[in-house]
Amino acid sequence: MAEALSLENAPRVGRRSTPATEPVPATSQATLIVENMHCGGCMRKVEAALSALPDVVSARTNLSARRVTVSVRGAEPPVAKFVDVLRDAGFKAAELAADSRLVMQSAERDLLRRTAVAGFAAANVMLLSVSVWAADPGDMADGMRLLFHWLSALIALPAIAYAGQPFFRSAAQALSVRRLNMDVPISLGVVLASVMSLFQTIKGTEQVYFDAAITLLFFLLIGRFLDQRMRARAAGAAANLVGLQSITATIVTDDGSLERQPARLLKPGAKVLVAAGERVAVDGKIVSGSGAIDEALITGESLPRAVAPGAQVFAGSVNLGASLTVEATATDQNTLLSEIGRLMEAAEQSRGTYVRLADRAAAIYAPAVHILGLVTFLGWLAVGQHWEAALTAAIAVLIITCPCALALAVPAVQIAASSRLFSKGVLVKAADGLERLADVDTVVFDKTGTLTAGEPRLVRTTADHELLAEAASLAASSRHPYARALVRAARDRGLDVTVRDAVTETAGAGLEWTSLAGVTRLGSAQWCGAVEPSHGDLSASLWYRDAGGRLTGFAFEDAVKPGARDVIDRLQRSGYKVEIVSGDRTEAVARVAEELGVTTWRGQTSPADKIERLEQLKSDGRKVLMVGDGLNDAPALAAAHASLSPATAADISQVTADAVFQGERLDAVVETIAVSQRARRMALQNFGIALAYNAVFVPMAMAGIVTPLIAAIAMSASSIAVTANAVRLRGRKLAMVQR
Amino acid sequence: MTALAWLIPAALVLGGLGLGAFLWALNSGQFDDLDGAAWRALDDVQPEDRRNAQPPAKAATDTPTGPLRPE
Repeated sequence: MAEALSLENAPRVGRRSTPATEPVPATSQATLIVENMHCGGCMRKVEAALSALPDVVSARTNLSARRVTVSVRGAEPPVAKFVDVLRDAGFKAAELAADSRLVMQSAERDLLRRTAVAGFAAANVMLLSVSVWAADPGDMADGMRLLFHWLSALIALPAIAYAGQPFFRSAAQALSVRRLNMDVPISLGVVLASVMSLFQTIKGTEQVYFDAAITLLFFLLIGRFLDQRMRARAAGAAANLVGLQSITATIVTDDGSLERQPARLLKPGAKVLVAAGERVAVDGKIVSGSGAIDEALITGESLPRAVAPGAQVFAGSVNLGASLTVEATATDQNTLLSEIGRLMEAAEQSRGTYVRLADRAAAIYAPAVHILGLVTFLGWLAVGQHWEAALTAAIAVLIITCPCALALAVPAVQIAASSRLFSKGVLVKAADGLERLADVDTVVFDKTGTLTAGEPRLVRTTADHELLAEAASLAASSRHPYARALVRAARDRGLDVTVRDAVTETAGAGLEWTSLAGVTRLGSAQWCGAVEPSHGDLSASLWYRDAGGRLTGFAFEDAVKPGARDVIDRLQRSGYKVEIVSGDRTEAVARVAEELGVTTWRGQTSPADKIERLEQLKSDGRKVLMVGDGLNDAPALAAAHASLSPATAADISQVTADAVFQGERLDAVVETIAVSQRARRMALQNFGIALAYNAVFVPMAMAGIVTPLIAAIAMSASSIAVTANAVRLRGRKLAMVQR
Repeated sequence: MTALAWLIPAALVLGGLGLGAFLWALNSGQFDDLDGAAWRALDDVQPEDRRNAQPPAKAATDTPTGPLRPE
């Protein structure tokens, strides 16, 4: 097969070319996702494999992001060759289609830069402030103190202007739509503190708060940077999962030769050859070939569908039979896809805006603070004090209620929760996903691919062990899903499976092996000659004809994931309502529901039906967590209160879900719910800490006895308390809240 | 007092150097892959050797292009 990569129409995303200027040759770059790099040895292998290729200037891996950036001489990096070389080295790789990581990375760097500047300024200002505080009254000459204040101003003010920008911008944005978020009181406090301190410096008094303002920004920026980095890691890992699924397709060109192209570049009208066992890369119509396809990822249907020329097939389904040639059709000609698109749009609109916990707190906090300030100002005036002193006291109130603890309350907890989940293979993508996950009291599961492994398992046969071993030995030469399931079944029973030599496979029919005893065949009913009911149970999917001509049938079904029953039990015991809503046939869903102990289930549901069920539950006042993997689950994932999808899910479902979990087991569902609930509890605890701190220090500020030293101590102490509380989230085993 | 006249600028300059070094390291991408950097420190292979290295022998991978278990 000719391995030519034709990328004339490739978008230049993810690639960079330097313009050719003589005599320096042009270089271009490509970024690939590499799946299973996890140590220095892997990095070295990947870099060595790629560097050994001609024209490769450099290959640099990024272990945290699981990617490699390759620089080559010439304008077009031969990405397919890179993927092949890496596969030979033992690594699964794919091209990175769109580099959204660049954007997140520059946001991260920007925050880190501002944190560094704030840190430098805070340290130097603190150096000066501590000297001032440490002096007994009279020890430090006024002139010296004034000098230190001026130096603090010179260091702090530019730093505040630079480091505070993320907060100022966010506050301005919120105010422009007449809303309050957490950044409004932060910005107000910082600006007021700086301005007042500058005035006091000019006047030469003692009430100077530069250190409080810049240290506040430093702490908050650390929190914000860590939050951004955690979010970027999860998003990058999620993008990797989706990118690795994208496949290359084999195109049949007009002159009949075969070419490989990335699936995303295929245009309508292209003819794609889908080999036996391969995934269909495009939506289209079959032009030649017939057999059966598995549409579990599209509709949830676990039984194969027979297809012939003229039949429509969807991207993501698996060809179980002989090679098919599919002509790609435009998306808008597919009713299923357009229906799903329409449903998803509707779902996203009807979901409404979820107001984050922190912003809800800000809506109460900000007005309260301003009222207290005003009360202080008026109170002092009423007692007969000078307006300047009254203003100073009022501003001190505004500064001391500095939302340091409040603004760190939620981010600190979210970072701890997200990183704990990340280490367990759960990628939380939506910023408010964790908060919504904490609300759920009902879990709706899809069946095929979510509760079941998506793999066939032997369930019924009349064969004895000897016959099974014989059939499995023949099956071991094939990659067909049923053949592999047969081999697995034999191995599970401890039988000896020896691979036979010289087995011929006829695609779409079966296997044949000739020995001294005779000819044995394994395959479809037709292939083995099982046509009459007397031959056996005709619903069997796979038949074996031994050398003597005896026929045996094997029936397969989709197997439930290991540990699924346990997870469902735990959910139900904790009072969560569990349901199964699937697109598969009713009998199949009934069987799985019974096996898992689920009493409420529905089969043969269309994507619209799934949404209808979710709406029903929502009107009953339930908060639903949807767990699904197929294309037909995507609208439901968008409509539910919170959603999870396995890493094997269809692209669109992974992108829509709030969190993606890796691995075979469903324990991630329970862990995610438990962690998000604990995170919610801790965020509220942190609000309590912040409130307690305010309750102590605000009266002091109103009475006018808060000095800059007290302000600095109070702020640091509250930040540490809040962060230390959040760190408690890691490590302990968590249980779900009883509903 | 002359001590302070020297010390404070000295503190600021040294601190500024530190900040500059950090920002340079950040801009040159040294903070993008902390896990990888940790492993690279233990790497023995010289750059020239890496470029001339033979790619490792084809690994015996049992990765079927089969559909249902994308492993």
